[in-house]
Amino acid sequence: MGKNWWKILGVVLVSYSIVGGFLVPVPELPILNETIRNTYFHIPMWFAMMALLSYSLFHSIKFLAGFDLQHDNKADQSVQVALVLGLFGLLTGMVWAQYTWGSFWTNDVKLNGTAISMLTYLAYIILRGSIEDEHRKAKVAAVYNIFAWVMMILFIMVIPRLNDSLHPGNGGNPAFGSYDMDNTMRIVFYPAVIGWILIGAWITSIKIRIKNIDDTQKYA
Amino acid sequence: MTLRNMHSNISLVLTAILFFLMNGLSAQGVEMATNMRSEGKIYVVVAVVLIIFIGLAIYLFSIDKKLDKLEKNNPK
Repeated sequence: MGKNWWKILGVVLVSYSIVGGFLVPVPELPILNETIRNTYFHIPMWFAMMALLSYSLFHSIKFLAGFDLQHDNKADQSVQVALVLGLFGLLTGMVWAQYTWGSFWTNDVKLNGTAISMLTYLAYIILRGSIEDEHRKAKVAAVYNIFAWVMMILFIMVIPRLNDSLHPGNGGNPAFGSYDMDNTMRIVFYPAVIGWILIGAWITSIKIRIKNIDDTQKYA
Repeated sequence: MTLRNMHSNISLVLTAILFFLMNGLSAQGVEMATNMRSEGKIYVVVAVVLIIFIGLAIYLFSIDKKLDKLEKNNPK
């Protein structure tokens, strides 16, 4: 066990959030009704995505500081897993939106902002694929990654707060204020967020290790 | 009574009826899945989702173990 404790913690926390997410009482709000429970499953996807993208940014900067390709691998793999989590976030959000806002896709600033930032990261993957030389690829990708992260923060965290949005926490609405989330929701929500971040990190670590084995065989 | 007066009277009455109807609806409160909970069927849903998630987690662990072996066979 030893080094795997955080993986088990992630599984335990998400399992807890599944049990608590369905069984713990929630505020009875109109329109949302029982779908407020999606908060425990839809939003952690975004938190996990942003955590992984920040981890990726960290390693891109580390790469530029010493040009160690190991950092480039970590940055690359975490963007890939983050995009998968972001896709889950988008799909679950679309289902939720259809039943509460009446449409799979609304012209909400947060929705469009998220779509743009996910495309920005998709371009990161494409950019990597278009450069042959490993070192050159890593350098260009690392610089681009810094730009992409800043755009992501602007589009997901800043601009939606400056405009009217259907999402809580934007256009002057309190994000996790007492209006949307009471304290019983918090005791399920925060463990869910931490749990999903750990699961995302676990999958990323597996991908990083696979790439390492692949490289040692390639250059052996 | 002119026709126009009658019209405005009717619309006034209709508005009043609508108002009382809306009031009655909101007094019932927000509809939640209380029945599903009281019947205990919600536990079935929880069990199914838990089995899927823990199953996936065990699968991830087995992939993890396999990687440990591969790393031993492919030292850097």
